[in-house]
Amino acid sequence: MKVAVVRFPGSNCDADAWHAAAAAGAETTYVWHRSADLGGADVVVLPGGFCYGDYLRPGAIARFSPVMRAVAAHAAAGRPVLGICNGFQVLCEARLLPGALARNAGLSFVCRPVTIRVESDATPFTARYARGQVLRMPVAHGDGRYVADPDTLDRLEREERVVFRYVGGNPNGAMRDIAGITNEGRNVVGLMPHPERAADALLGSEDGAAMFALAGVAAGV
Amino acid sequence: MSRFRARVRVMPRPSILDPQGQAVSHALGELGFAGVDDVRVGRAVEVLLEAATADAAREGALKMCERLLANPVTEDYVLEGVEPAP
Repeated sequence: MKVAVVRFPGSNCDADAWHAAAAAGAETTYVWHRSADLGGADVVVLPGGFCYGDYLRPGAIARFSPVMRAVAAHAAAGRPVLGICNGFQVLCEARLLPGALARNAGLSFVCRPVTIRVESDATPFTARYARGQVLRMPVAHGDGRYVADPDTLDRLEREERVVFRYVGGNPNGAMRDIAGITNEGRNVVGLMPHPERAADALLGSEDGAAMFALAGVAAGV
Repeated sequence: MSRFRARVRVMPRPSILDPQGQAVSHALGELGFAGVDDVRVGRAVEVLLEAATADAAREGALKMCERLLANPVTEDYVLEGVEPAP
């Protein structure tokens, strides 16, 4: 399995994501945002950070980076794309996922471990988890409040496309406690919490490690 | 081609909670400003652009709003004006 971690100017969880993917046994490479191709990767990870300084809106400028055309094509081909935190914001701005991430309801930057529940195991990134499984991993964001119009929210629920939900406390005021969602094809997943920061017991939790262990994913699948 | 200045105002949609506005509202109260009911914080964008006519400049600015300057999920935009620029 080949994993490409995209680096935007301002990405800062790229090395963590690289490490988590490599630890899961993947051949892992970095892809600069100016690149027009993904180097034959099977899986794309858009890491956390503050690309382009969050100017205008988080993810708004990165969405037009040349690499995003390749990411959109990869997603359209049904191949796996994972957006973590800022990566989730980029995926929403790029319309690869519905909705948007707005300023945290409490205004403060939230940086602490949270508890999330796996609501769907029907994505490549959650296939190794059980539905209802509870995970512990950190969040670190100022703009993590998931918002969408009521019709979109109802549709996400109906189609079981809410992938993760905060339990025991919602850190940012996200609508319906949504921490992560997937697209119609269930190959694109975005979440605000950081699985790569919880991918090794040394980090205090290894609950996120399985998100990088995509069994059975190979070129063209 | 002439130069125009397009002025765009982008505001959080009424249905979207605006914590920035709430914080500013609270701070105004702390400063002793009485009677502040609500504050909403948006952004103003000025674009200097070349176009054949003011209408073409307006059309271009509206496309910019749709594609980048505002996020339709969370924000509304108003093209406040397009005027000749030096």
